[in-house]
Amino acid sequence: MQQNETIAVAMSGGVDSSAVAAILAREENTVVGLTLQLWDQTRLAGKHGIPDAPKAGRCCSLDDVYDARRVAEHLGIPYYVVNQEERFEKDVVQPFVSEYLAGRTPIPCSLCNNHLKFDQLLNTARSIGASRIATGHYAVNEYDSARGRWILKRPADRAKDQTYFLFGLTQEQLAYTLFPLGRMTKPEVREAARQHGLALAEKPDSQEICFIPGGDYKQFLTAYLEEQGEAMPETAGELVSSSGEVIGRHEGIANFTVGQRKGLKIASPTPFYVLQIDPASHRVTVGADAELATRTLRAGRVNWISVPRLTEPMRVEIKIRHRHEPAWAMLAPAENGEVVAEFDEPQRAVTPGQSAVFYDGDEVVGGGWIL
Amino acid sequence: MRRVYMDANATTPLLPEVVEAMRPYWMEHFGNASSIHLDGQQARRGVEQAREALAELLGCREAEVVFNSGGTEGDNTALFGLLRPGDHLITTAIEHSAVLQAAGRLAERGVEVTHLAPTVSGLIEPEAVREALRPNTRLISVMLANNETGVLQPVAEIGRIAAEAGAFFHIDAVQGAGKVAIDVAAIGCHLLSISAHKMHGPKGVGALYMRRGTPVESLIVGGSHERRRRAGTENVAGIVGLGKAAELALKSLADGTMDRVAALRDRLEAEVLRLPGTGLNGAGVSRAANTANIWFDNLEGEALVIALDLKGVAISGGSACHSGATEPSHVLMAMGVDKTRARASLRFSLLKTATEADVDYVLGVVPEAVERLRAVSPVEAGTLG
Repeated sequence: MQQNETIAVAMSGGVDSSAVAAILAREENTVVGLTLQLWDQTRLAGKHGIPDAPKAGRCCSLDDVYDARRVAEHLGIPYYVVNQEERFEKDVVQPFVSEYLAGRTPIPCSLCNNHLKFDQLLNTARSIGASRIATGHYAVNEYDSARGRWILKRPADRAKDQTYFLFGLTQEQLAYTLFPLGRMTKPEVREAARQHGLALAEKPDSQEICFIPGGDYKQFLTAYLEEQGEAMPETAGELVSSSGEVIGRHEGIANFTVGQRKGLKIASPTPFYVLQIDPASHRVTVGADAELATRTLRAGRVNWISVPRLTEPMRVEIKIRHRHEPAWAMLAPAENGEVVAEFDEPQRAVTPGQSAVFYDGDEVVGGGWIL
Repeated sequence: MRRVYMDANATTPLLPEVVEAMRPYWMEHFGNASSIHLDGQQARRGVEQAREALAELLGCREAEVVFNSGGTEGDNTALFGLLRPGDHLITTAIEHSAVLQAAGRLAERGVEVTHLAPTVSGLIEPEAVREALRPNTRLISVMLANNETGVLQPVAEIGRIAAEAGAFFHIDAVQGAGKVAIDVAAIGCHLLSISAHKMHGPKGVGALYMRRGTPVESLIVGGSHERRRRAGTENVAGIVGLGKAAELALKSLADGTMDRVAALRDRLEAEVLRLPGTGLNGAGVSRAANTANIWFDNLEGEALVIALDLKGVAISGGSACHSGATEPSHVLMAMGVDKTRARASLRFSLLKTATEADVDYVLGVVPEAVERLRAVSPVEAGTLG
């Protein structure tokens, strides 16, 4: 990293991004702290059982903005909060709601990365004279001159690997982005925070979706639609077995995700799982655990990172959800820029709406959205 | 790095004379102005001298000046102190939130509230006030100078309409005091709020002019301070600072200082408006001498504020929300400015101590910052997903 450049640090008020600010401020850079104000945590408070007072540990809670501001003061760096609530609602919240209503299971964090953090924030950073942005994501980002491409790699701390949410980054975005924590472990990051005298070094990690207080997405869907003056669409329908036999009814497809067991209300000696959700007929297919396994996967809206595009089949490991152990597969190009993967071993609960990220060793080859 | 502060409508620094005037009241004349002993009397003298200065600034009797904690308290006192369920309040869509939020709470309690819309230039037309009158109109509340645009409202004409209708008239003069001459008798208002920190006095102190006989119920009750109109031990040093600031403000209005500020503002405004894709909010009407509100097409206002701050120029855009992020100005939106343009509108508000060199410095950094933002912002980077 060249010295004396202006770097904008995306600060969430958590340990990771605070440590990034501290580490970069120590090296002879000009560091500017930026926090995106994405969602008003009080907006749906009190509706449909959504808690009144948002807890700390979520982005955009006032406590977190306060924490980020205190870190910036401690480090003596300029700090600003940038309002992106409208864009967040349009590009993250609304797609999140419509995906669920369409029977899919969305990942808002990837949408936020693609549309807000590495797009809007990067624009703001460059607008104010910063040459790059830095974030607290656990990932490695390196330029490979032989291939002439920026390569995204899995981090030293495998347990904190966030590459799954970063597969949408373009070459231009990667060129302007630093991930200073990529070669550190979480304990090392906490230690660095302690050494820089950051009071929040012991602050717990946040895990939930930031705009869903309490973590109950069904409550959120109902409250958000009501606020928008829309009724929850009527998507009640039949529960059918994989052989097509009707075995019950359900109250709406948005209540389900592929692989789900709870809430099916079917009396049976063996547990049933959601196998498939058909948004057109509102039919939810259920079956035994073994029936969840599939050998193929199709993904669209693919972004390539280590390769310019996929021209011939390639051996990769594929991760199909955040906590999934990547599985070997043969990945092949298909029509309309889509890709088809054939797994060596059948995989459990391939879920439309989630993303599939392709790895070659530590490198992220690319990724797309499961169809 | 050089810093130029052009956000006087947010707050102003104390002038040295103000600091000097306040200095004895922290440790030497520390007495409670209500005490009968000499220490108390020294404090009382400071408070009453300040009251004289305020009476002079506003053209009222000393007994009509009530010291308080600032503009928000003055505005709240006027509205909550006069209005009861069933009364009608006429106010405007461009008021400060101290008036708007008070009006909102009163509306919940059964007060009828009319919010007058401004013209596209940000002016409240006196005829609109007249048309909004109802038999139960008890209070009209209109600001003197708008904080975002600087537009001066026709308060004397509105005062005549209020008098004809037999309604009380409150003026939020927080942004006007010290920038334009005020004569409460000529205006015919019953209540007028001012704040020290907008005119080079300290924060946390202000005054409310209350015409004799105006039946305002006090907001804060307790001791018999301020003739039973505002309880609480006087903030003596603050009040002394406000008095000195008022005295200096009156001097600046008489000695041509504000004309000099107007000339600086006009030069800044004319030069910035030479940039393509810019325009003035509040054009064609009279404005406070120090304020220029300018829109910039094809850029993000919030980023321009940050970029200029990093170059040493302090200005503002919109109003700060709870987290410190910026919301588009409700004043500009009420004037019919669309949201995108309201977001990209910046307020330059000059201190009365501003210099030619300050204006030169700002004019040196604004064009480059605008150009860079325009080069970067419109780029639609990867939007996968």
